[in-house]
Amino acid sequence: MKVLVPVKRVIDYNVKVRVKADGSGVDLANVKMSMNPFDEIAVEEAIRLKEEGVASEVVAVSIGVKQAQETLRTALAMGADRAILIVAADDVHTDIEPLAVAKLLAAVVKEEEPGLVLAGKQAIDNDMNATGQMLSALLGWSQATFASEVTIEGDHALVTREVDGGLQTIKAKMPCIVTVDLRLNEPRYASLPNIMKAKKKPLDEKTPDDYGVDVSPRLSIVKTAEPPTRKAGVKVGSVDELITKLKDEAGVI
Amino acid sequence: MNFGLSDEQEMIVSTVRSFVENEIYPHEAEVERTGEVPPELADRLKQKVIELGFYACNFPEDVGGAGLGHVDFTLVERELGRGSMALTHFFGRPQNILMACEGEQRERYLLPAVRGERMDALAMTEPGAGSDVRGMTCSAVRDGGDWVLNGTKHFISGANHADFVIVFVATGEDQTPRGPKKRITTFLVDRGTPGFTIRDGYRSVSHRGYKNMILEFDDCRLPDAQVLGEVDGGFAVMNDWLYATRITVATNSVGRARRVFDYALNYAAERKQFGQPIGRFQGVSFQLADMITEIDAADYLTLAAAWRLDQGLPANREIASAKLYATEMLARVTDATLQIYGGMGLMDDFPIERFWRDARVERIWDGTSEIQRHIISRDLLRPLGA
Ligand SMILES: Cc1cc2nc3c(=O)[nH]c(=O)nc-3n(C[C@H](O)[C@H](O)[C@H](O)COP(=O)(O)OP(=O)(O)OC[C@H]3O[C@@H](n4cnc5c(N)ncnc54)[C@H](O)[C@@H]3O)c2cc1C
Ligand SMILES: Cc1cc2nc3c(=O)[nH]c(=O)nc-3n(C[C@H](O)[C@H](O)[C@H](O)COP(=O)(O)OP(=O)(O)OC[C@H]3O[C@@H](n4cnc5c(N)ncnc54)[C@H](O)[C@@H]3O)c2cc1C
Repeated sequence: MKVLVPVKRVIDYNVKVRVKADGSGVDLANVKMSMNPFDEIAVEEAIRLKEEGVASEVVAVSIGVKQAQETLRTALAMGADRAILIVAADDVHTDIEPLAVAKLLAAVVKEEEPGLVLAGKQAIDNDMNATGQMLSALLGWSQATFASEVTIEGDHALVTREVDGGLQTIKAKMPCIVTVDLRLNEPRYASLPNIMKAKKKPLDEKTPDDYGVDVSPRLSIVKTAEPPTRKAGVKVGSVDELITKLKDEAGVI
Repeated sequence: MNFGLSDEQEMIVSTVRSFVENEIYPHEAEVERTGEVPPELADRLKQKVIELGFYACNFPEDVGGAGLGHVDFTLVERELGRGSMALTHFFGRPQNILMACEGEQRERYLLPAVRGERMDALAMTEPGAGSDVRGMTCSAVRDGGDWVLNGTKHFISGANHADFVIVFVATGEDQTPRGPKKRITTFLVDRGTPGFTIRDGYRSVSHRGYKNMILEFDDCRLPDAQVLGEVDGGFAVMNDWLYATRITVATNSVGRARRVFDYALNYAAERKQFGQPIGRFQGVSFQLADMITEIDAADYLTLAAAWRLDQGLPANREIASAKLYATEMLARVTDATLQIYGGMGLMDDFPIERFWRDARVERIWDGTSEIQRHIISRDLLRPLGA
């Protein structure tokens, strides 16, 4: 079984984000970029499936600017077998919207015919949480989102999902799309031999035109703003005072 | 001229950086407090590094290493320099001098060291012979077909974890026009060899948990098979291989300075006095400007020296310049960072005082700043006959 893993190049989770002065988005010039952490978890899961003999090949795909090549090399260095880069933007500030990404992925799926798509549940830059679900709709495949455990059993996947208030286990028919959550696994570091091998692994470069997909935006960003800074707290002198404040001022009890 | 890193180098840097941040940083405070690395932690770190294929990455592939070039390895060491030395010791970079092993020495020392099965330490310094290596009194004399070693080495880093040590001892003296000159031979000595003891050294303010030990040789008998390189060839062995430790100190200092600088920068942006971030005062902001300028300069100086080694160009002076400049830069950067932190910089609530203490040894070991200046100036003046 072939596993397809979409990976997105996003602002590194350690970077303190700065909003551009004109409010059009986040400043990405000279900022450290990395693989979306949820996608890293998806890559890890795919490699584990391969190590267990469940998957035969792991193909990573990224859609975005040319520099997403680095993200794909990281996936290859972790252990993916080959990579596809769809160059869909020139400017690092251009974000390809989930529907366009899902359409491109659907086209890649038709070409590659994987048995499973493992994706991150969302990208940490815009938190859309939509691509996996849209892809499932476009392909008519079953979907299992927010996975914290994945077991492939013949023509079904048993997926434990992290839902509000607990865990839910569902049985999804293969082929299927699984979007992964934080607790599924702990991604490995790229090993030195794999880093050295990554360059020799195939990385195909494509454009949206190759798949006949229009990536022009359908959404417009009205405004991007910093979260409000937290106001300083107050110190209370006693438990009684705390209760009074919670009752009268905060109105929570 | 291309100052960029290759894709592989970028990945090596980010992998080692993540490793240090995730596997080393969380244990630093405990090592600092106790002065010890718990053996289970040491084993766990070592195992992870072996699995990642980074153990002994400074060794060629045909002996089981990763065959990294000098620039690649300098980048690895730069990122390792961010972390506690007591812990990064287990990232495993055996002395590359072991490449001088021949015949069955390869099976007994070189290959197990590269596999992470046996750890080494290197011993030159003696209480009476530091900068003046040739002044050593530790000696080996012939007795039958064997050698008998007597004397003391001190300040020997990591000998507490070593399964064997690489020891330089005097094996004779030549008369030269400039006075007597010691002949030196390198020996491989196993822990547990009769007449050889390793005992606790001094307590250093720098790099707690990275211990320096005292080695004692008391009629320690060794066969010829323990000689590394040629008899009386110790200086050749040293010259062939020891440049590497100096470039390591330089690049470690750059990595640590970058870590420290991030503290300084963020503190200057956040700490408010007189109604504004202290970074708005030129007294602070210009210090930051100087710091980053010096860090970048040291980084490029060091990488350029490593690049010369990769090209097979002479690099002795360049390495000495890098070691000198990077270690003195680190001293200034840690001191300025502490100053920016004000009183809190001295308190062990923050790691700043530790960086400041740790920086101190870099100007001393692997050749003091003065010795580096000596190497640099001799390289310039000797050709002029001065
Ligand atoms: C923590 C620690 C770990 C160490 N680990 C090791 C190890 O693993 N293996 C090992 O072999 N050694 C090790 N060393 C020894 C280290 O390399 C020496 O400390 C260093 O070479 C300086 O020698 P010294 O301390 O005896 O100082 P000295 O040589 O006594 O120097 C004292 C002062 O005189 C100056 N000086 C000396 N000669 C000259 C000159 N010709 N011109 C101008 N100034 C001069 C020096 O620069 C210095 O300022 C370690 C040292 C320390 C502190
Ligand atoms: C061990 C110790 C004992 C002490 N004992 C006492 C005591 O007994 N009683 C007491 O009252 N205090 C005491 N202090 C406090 C001491 O006086 C302060 O630490 C000192 O005034 C600096 O203040 P700070 O540490 O808050 O640093 P900050 O004022 O926050 O300064 C941080 C950095 O910003 C710089 N900076 C600040 N303002 C400017 C500016 N306008 N222009 C340029 N640079 C600027 C500073 O020079 C410093 O480098 C003690 C401190 C220590 C460390």
